[in-house]
Amino acid sequence: MTAAAFNVLFSHWRYRPLQLVTLIMGVALATGLWSGVQAINAEARASYSRAASILEQADLSQLIARDGEGIPTSVYARLRRAGWQVSPVIEGNHRFGTTSVRLIGIDILTMPEEGRGFAVSGSPDLVAFASGQGQLLVSMNTAARLQGVTQIPLRISPDLPDDAAFLDIGMADRLLARNGVLSRLIVAPQNPGLPALESVAPELVFKSGGQANDVASLTDSFHLNLTAFGFLAFVVGLFIVYSATGLSFEQRRSTFRTLRSVGVSLQSLTLMLLAELLMLALLSGVLGVALGYVLASTLLPGVSATLRGLYGTSVPGSLSLRPEWWATGLGMAFFGTAVSASQSLLRLWQMPILASAQHRAWAMASNAATFIQAVGGAVLLGAAILLALLGHGLVAGFAVLGSLLIGAALLLPLALSTTTMIAQSLSRGAFTSWFWADTRQQLPGLSLALMALLLALSANIGVGTMVSSFRQTFLGWLDQRLAAELYVTARTEEEASRLRDWLPGRVRSVLPVWNSEGEVLGQQIQIFGVADDATYRDHWPILLGAPDLWDMLATKDAALINEQLWRGSDVGLGKMITLPGGWEARVVGVYSDYGNPKGQVIIGLGSLIAHYPATAKLRYGLRVEPERVDMLRRQLVDDFGLPDENIVDQASLKRQSRVVFEQTFAVTGALNLLTLAVAGFAMFSSMLTLSGQRLPQLAPLWAMGLRRRDLALLEVIRTVALWFATFLAAVPVGLLLAWVLLAIVNVEAFGWRLPMTVFPFDWLKLGAVALVAALLSVLVPVRRLATVNPADLLRVFANER
Amino acid sequence: MILELRNVGKSYSTAEGPITVLKAIDLRLARGKSVALTGESGSGKSTLLHLAGGLDKPDTGSVRVNGRDIGQLDDSGRARYRRLEVGLVFQQFNLIPSITVAANISFHARLAERYDPNWEAELVEMLGVAHLLGRYPEQLSGGQQQRVAIGRTLAARPTLILADEPTGNLDEATGDSVLDLMLALSRRANLALLLATHSVRLANKLDEKVVLRGGMISQ
Repeated sequence: MTAAAFNVLFSHWRYRPLQLVTLIMGVALATGLWSGVQAINAEARASYSRAASILEQADLSQLIARDGEGIPTSVYARLRRAGWQVSPVIEGNHRFGTTSVRLIGIDILTMPEEGRGFAVSGSPDLVAFASGQGQLLVSMNTAARLQGVTQIPLRISPDLPDDAAFLDIGMADRLLARNGVLSRLIVAPQNPGLPALESVAPELVFKSGGQANDVASLTDSFHLNLTAFGFLAFVVGLFIVYSATGLSFEQRRSTFRTLRSVGVSLQSLTLMLLAELLMLALLSGVLGVALGYVLASTLLPGVSATLRGLYGTSVPGSLSLRPEWWATGLGMAFFGTAVSASQSLLRLWQMPILASAQHRAWAMASNAATFIQAVGGAVLLGAAILLALLGHGLVAGFAVLGSLLIGAALLLPLALSTTTMIAQSLSRGAFTSWFWADTRQQLPGLSLALMALLLALSANIGVGTMVSSFRQTFLGWLDQRLAAELYVTARTEEEASRLRDWLPGRVRSVLPVWNSEGEVLGQQIQIFGVADDATYRDHWPILLGAPDLWDMLATKDAALINEQLWRGSDVGLGKMITLPGGWEARVVGVYSDYGNPKGQVIIGLGSLIAHYPATAKLRYGLRVEPERVDMLRRQLVDDFGLPDENIVDQASLKRQSRVVFEQTFAVTGALNLLTLAVAGFAMFSSMLTLSGQRLPQLAPLWAMGLRRRDLALLEVIRTVALWFATFLAAVPVGLLLAWVLLAIVNVEAFGWRLPMTVFPFDWLKLGAVALVAALLSVLVPVRRLATVNPADLLRVFANER
Repeated sequence: MILELRNVGKSYSTAEGPITVLKAIDLRLARGKSVALTGESGSGKSTLLHLAGGLDKPDTGSVRVNGRDIGQLDDSGRARYRRLEVGLVFQQFNLIPSITVAANISFHARLAERYDPNWEAELVEMLGVAHLLGRYPEQLSGGQQQRVAIGRTLAARPTLILADEPTGNLDEATGDSVLDLMLALSRRANLALLLATHSVRLANKLDEKVVLRGGMISQ
């Protein structure tokens, strides 16, 4: 009997294949977008972890200086004498021509094997690495970039991340000019009974292996952002599933009644429906995960560019199939289907055996339900306001976003219902009055799709406004920040010295771009020195500061800090800040530093040289009349002998920055568009569903003298009217979303706050895209209605229906 | 003559092959007259009404209303015919659920641009639905809904009323009162009424009776 009953239940889908497609597509799209985003996140995190494990020996315990400074060789010797099995590392960034590479200098004889990051096959390898000319172990990509710019022999190790090189510690010490100061010590498994670290080297702290690496923490906000987008798309997809399962249950009410009348128990019926849902979820889930894989493969190169642009991290552009996200994707498909079908299953459970078999698919969204939903929406909006005022942290920021979006979506049906009621009361003709009343009657059936549309449109407007505001601010900021006409990099200190002698008289001014690195306020940051030059006074993007800050910077122990450092600490104007080496400077200004995830400090050039004499003096910005740029470039190459690739002009630099900027937001744009596409599909499936139920409502009008094409045109007008009303509602919600992103989420995630600018033309473009989507969604149902066979309309009037 | 059917035939194609529903039907209906169309289920009553109402086209013969062959009209012409000349009353009432009783009654008249508040008020009074005007169809009983449907049809002042089992969903007493009302009102407005019914008792209330059997008029 069970098989026969199950066959009867499942036969519904044979008669309604489009509904089946809608359901499967809904789950597949929701799962696909979710698992695609998760795949990207998993790949990126695995990449950080791999890089940290190789480059920072993050799996091994380490000793680092308590004050963030380096470790003198004497401390290392003291530890070894005390019996500690430690291995020294010297690391830092070094430029080979214009290519900056992170050097990790190790002592291959004392380094534990798991800390080497590459395979050593025997003594020839050891000799080549540690003696004579030395050797740089690099990835294939890095080797290609270093070709011809260094004399040091290169050896390729495929496991290494890009832009990094392992080399012998002695060579690293020379290249980085560390004079024997070690960066950290790797701790090998120890023999018992060693003296405590505090007694041997109290200036060091012990860091256990396996701790979260900096990059992973730094990029958390980016991945949270992606997850939020994935979840938004998932929710929008679930709207489709909810609508399709609800309808399939309603349409089978008479079947349920019949099955129960012939002896199928409620438990059996529920189990059969659960089995049906499980089968559909499994099928859709597999499709969804496959879709997610395609999506992730397509988006990963963009994500990789974003991560490189925002955080300077390297993630490979290829994707590996990970069982965990297959499992998560299928789990989400089951979860989504279960959530979407729970209400219908509950109704079935409560339905009396002789309940009316009348279709009441959309009656469930009665006025009372709409009102309760709106109250829920208002509560969520209230929660969003409270969270915005009182909450802290990135999670609170995203909670504000979520509450705002879902609250607004829940309020939409009531807003639309009220609008149509007002329109009806204002309309004069019977026909227009009917039109608005009928539109209101359709709202329960369309509200889920319209809510999905509102979410997608608001997200588009919000994120679009944020990106456009960012772009405008960023371009203005680039103009200020990249004031020099040419940027040159000497290959060696000797060449840099010659350059400093050669340039005067040929340029208006020379602006050294010199920097040191060290720990400030617990962060590893860059400290730049600036010359006392009008360029900075005229152009530098200062946010806060004393009027004479440049004078103070040139003559006193003063410092400028970037916005990130300022917002992330309690250091304000006039306060003292302790810089590497233990000296203190007074904070005299704050500047904007978009695109940099870390803190940064600027001091006078004199202070930089005095406190950090080992600073590399290779890079310079050159001020020259714009018409002389090309000539100077030629002179630098022909007369001075600097390779052309060591010279970058301002225009190229700006162009590159713009490209990085656009790549950075390419992924966001793609996800935005996909969410809109899912909402469009939700609209399409709702319109299609409704069109099947419209005939009994429209046939009497046809009988009273309205043509089929008039009725079809009305459906188009109704769709456009609802789309327009939803779009109007989405604009303020989107702007609020943009404000939350700019004023809360960005500040928490990146440490900078951008001014908000509105771009109404962008809304119009988005509105046009959404209009096309809305028209496409109504195209099939309308065509069906305009060409409906009169026999189908007549069937409505048949007495033996 | 308001309605004149000459040699009308109609078939439908089905999976089992074509089915002839009406064969060589001849029927005439004059202004102010009422004709009952009776017959068993499937005898073609509804199809005949649909052809007369311009909801469908005959395969053979002609359907003339007020002297014009409506079978020759295009979709727009037939829509205009339904709007201006004919009133349809159905067993399922087919009221518009989204608007009030008052709006339902005036709806067809407004579409036909024949809205007359005095006539509507008179109809409302005669139909006994004055206290229901602000309600929605779902809040009415079957009898009340059918009265509203009749009001909607008559308010538009058609020349021909086609009623398909208008009392089929009502109990006997309510059905009788609804039919009496419809007859009284159509006579008062001097309309032609063609009514399909299973009930011989109800059919006897009308001026003439036509029996359909196997798609043909047998009497």
